[in-house]
Amino acid sequence: MATHAFEDLEVGEEFSVKPDASMSAVRRFTSAARMTFGRFNDHEEARKEGLPGAILPGIMCQGLLVATIHRWARGCEIGSIDTVFRAPVRVDSEPTCRLVVTDCDEKRRTVDLDLTIVNEAGETPVMGTATLRL
Amino acid sequence: MELDVAKLKEEWVGKEFDAREFEISREAAIEFALACGESDPRFTDPDDDDFQAPKTFVAQFMGGRIFPETLSPLMRSGHPFDAGKRVEPHAPIRAGDRLVGRSQIHDIYEKTGRSGPMLFLVHRMTFTNQNDALVSIVDWRMVVRNFRG
Repeated sequence: MATHAFEDLEVGEEFSVKPDASMSAVRRFTSAARMTFGRFNDHEEARKEGLPGAILPGIMCQGLLVATIHRWARGCEIGSIDTVFRAPVRVDSEPTCRLVVTDCDEKRRTVDLDLTIVNEAGETPVMGTATLRL
Repeated sequence: MELDVAKLKEEWVGKEFDAREFEISREAAIEFALACGESDPRFTDPDDDDFQAPKTFVAQFMGGRIFPETLSPLMRSGHPFDAGKRVEPHAPIRAGDRLVGRSQIHDIYEKTGRSGPMLFLVHRMTFTNQNDALVSIVDWRMVVRNFRG
């Protein structure tokens, strides 16, 4: 059961989390997902590929957003999550994962969210949407 | 030579071109969840009654072939990049499950950006479990800039 009551929701409600984007977190992820490529795990290797430094895998960014949803509404069921990778999120940076409630369907008890990952410069390298059921 | 997107769509959209099996590892599922900062015990505690793999766990899986053979040269003709993923979970994926991921091209379309034309290929993997139940659909949008038809 979701910890966040559907009846308490309001369109425009926001929630944010500072995720761990450190090299150790990324290496843990890439080891689990078998994506141990230099562009993710090693700043120097990433620079050789023309990147500014190591970057988070897109699917890790998506996972960070899923974890943010679960921190906000533990026990909810995610019906879909769609993420757009517009620019890299750098390893060892301090991004912020944000969600905003954009719609609530009382009949179906579903909630639509806008999702973003914002970097220290205020840019939005990852954006997306999700639909969940509480 | 101009690319005939309508013809490509007719040839490829909706046609399965690959199928591959995947076994769900409990340890990998937990590590995936914890590395993402997951706090819900359904995804982090193997003793939880509803323990399951993270909802986007299958987004990491690739088929034996990423694209049909005849589309591969087109993908290599420009600068391809991963533009995004959409995951639609349908049922929990449990540790030890044996999934089959079936690949098809879900859509092909063209857009013109500031840097010129871009070709979008949406690769869809449909995952079923050992009971033939649909567990997840993953759409992967791949973009090719400066492609040559």
